[in-house]
Amino acid sequence: MTDTRIVPIVMPKWGLSMKEGKVTGWLLEDGSKINPGDAILEVETGKIAGAVEAHEAGVLRRRVGQPDTIYPVKTLLGVIADPAVPDAEIDAFVAGYVTPAAEEDEEEQGPKFEFVETAAGKLRYAKRGSGDETVILIHGFGGDLDNWLFNIDALGEVATVYALDLPGHGQSTKSLAKPGLKSMTEALASFMDKLGLGKAHLAGHSMGGAIAMQMAADHPEKVKSLTLICSAGLGPDIGSYVDEYVAAQGRKDLKPALEQLFADKSLVSRQLVDDVLKYKRLDGVEPLLKELAASLFAGRKQQDQPGTKLGGKLPPSLVIWGKEDQIIPAAHAANLPGAKVHVLESAGHMVFMEKASDVNNLIKAHVAGA
Amino acid sequence: MARKISMRQAINEALDQEMARDPNVIVMGEDIVGGAGGEGEEDAWGGVLGVTKGLHAKHRGKLLDTPLSESAYIGAAIGAAACGMRPVAELMFLDFMGVCFDQIFNQAAKFKYMFGGKAETPVVIRAMVGAGFRAAAQHSQMLTPLFVHIPGLKVVCPSNAYDAKGLLIQSIRDNDPVIFCEHKNLYGLETDVPAESYAIPFGEANVVRDGKHATIVTYGMMVHRAMDAAATLAKQGIECEVIDLRTLSPIDWDTVIDSAERTGYVVCVDEANPRCSIAADISAMLSQECFKALKGPIQMVTPPHTPVPFSPVLEDLYIPSADAIVKAVKKSMGK
Repeated sequence: MTDTRIVPIVMPKWGLSMKEGKVTGWLLEDGSKINPGDAILEVETGKIAGAVEAHEAGVLRRRVGQPDTIYPVKTLLGVIADPAVPDAEIDAFVAGYVTPAAEEDEEEQGPKFEFVETAAGKLRYAKRGSGDETVILIHGFGGDLDNWLFNIDALGEVATVYALDLPGHGQSTKSLAKPGLKSMTEALASFMDKLGLGKAHLAGHSMGGAIAMQMAADHPEKVKSLTLICSAGLGPDIGSYVDEYVAAQGRKDLKPALEQLFADKSLVSRQLVDDVLKYKRLDGVEPLLKELAASLFAGRKQQDQPGTKLGGKLPPSLVIWGKEDQIIPAAHAANLPGAKVHVLESAGHMVFMEKASDVNNLIKAHVAGA
Repeated sequence: MARKISMRQAINEALDQEMARDPNVIVMGEDIVGGAGGEGEEDAWGGVLGVTKGLHAKHRGKLLDTPLSESAYIGAAIGAAACGMRPVAELMFLDFMGVCFDQIFNQAAKFKYMFGGKAETPVVIRAMVGAGFRAAAQHSQMLTPLFVHIPGLKVVCPSNAYDAKGLLIQSIRDNDPVIFCEHKNLYGLETDVPAESYAIPFGEANVVRDGKHATIVTYGMMVHRAMDAAATLAKQGIECEVIDLRTLSPIDWDTVIDSAERTGYVVCVDEANPRCSIAADISAMLSQECFKALKGPIQMVTPPHTPVPFSPVLEDLYIPSADAIVKAVKKSMGK
């Protein structure tokens, strides 16, 4: 049976503020066979560069988006269809395609993020998808829920996904009593209770991974599985990043710190640096980060290693690392006996951004199997 | 939480949050409580353009409507600052600053220096600047260079709501006298501004557009003209770096010199009259510091050396246009 569907490839929306993106180049030729998850073309925004991936199988029938050209979000960039679909139909589809207006789109999807009062104060979170399984994405030190821009929608296809801003981060409360692993873990526990999330799959990056493991130790009834991405809490070593990030007062000293996060340093755009600076300059952030860093990473050593204490209580666990991680060595990936381990090439500490498709597929399979 | 608010709201919010944070912060000026249009206290106008609207009701006793005497209340604000308060004085139009020059130039700017650091004057003087408001020659000037000339004063001129809030909070927390210049044609402009308090340090320029072919250095409303010019030039294959100085004193020489050395072509855009202007200052400094890196003559885009015309047609011609900036970039590059 011939598949007569014509599937549009459109300019993606990566994150709240993205209104347009620039096509930097096509990765496939006209007529290429495509499988779901294949990278089709590269797009760059002020914040980040990434690949647009196929959601459906088929053949790349038309490349509409021109390289080095800026298009609004949802603009038609290309067409996937079965080879049996006549060219005339493809022409008609391209000619008749109407880019949905941004406003309508936002109303349709509801608010992009919400706030909840927890025992630790007001926390911001985003929610996607409606699957039976619940996945909670926990960012790292100095990060926020927007770090998951390449992951949250993809994971929302298979689960109900929550991404939160931890206390002191993003747009959540900027005060926290005794900042440290325990207080962060209790803040997350309160977050889960307030939203009635029950038992969830916790996926944590860096410090977020340590929080996820601490949760598994303190509240095993809340943890269905662990996904630990370049996680803290699996060994003593840590690079100079945290010290440099906390100390940075301006763009010139912040940029080199942020460049340690990626294998491809060109991903650290001016916009990314500016966004982090804007966050760091909010009242209350700097003292809280200093206290948190002193508690977690005093003397450039990881002070808490919940991973080494889980022992027999380890829930199904997946460890993902970027081989070129400069913050926490990829060797720590071997320190959680019983976990599935994937160390990905050509990626650094932000492996879930640099290798988003691979990481998303690993998490999807892990959540489905756990 | 960030949301879009105007520069007028951003300034109001900065004053609101700083008054709530520090009991020493007070606001004084002409008509800042009352003003045209309001009958009672609650619906008071809040200054000529409504910037302080609503603050009186929230901060009883912290806002002082002053007599129509700049020399008296600017002097009072400086004296109060020397005694431990953190006054924010609104002087309506920077053009009126002339009647209180002694208080500013000889007192506020000199106390710390002449009293061996034992006296400080953490005063902020807010005032409207700039042309394009059809307000004629005595209400439209860009007098920033006068204040930059005086050591001991800090001079700030934001181009958008985000910067206005963070720079005003920094101005209030700073222990030196700050002249805070608000372009009246930018009050309505909305940008994303966090609801929380935050401070932007002085002396840090903002690179608002990256480019490798030429550098445009500017501040205030001219940032927007420069961005328009850069967009036009980009279509012709010329990528301009646009630098928003944000604070004129202190000034971020590092960012300006670094960009000039990379591109080799520099255009300084200033809404102030050309002689002894910010544009002239930057041009002189660059030709001294990085002459060998320059590939063409530095260009200045300024109004003519005349008062701001009252005729709308002439006023529009007076203000530097995006087109003039485009031409200046091309002239520097020999195109």
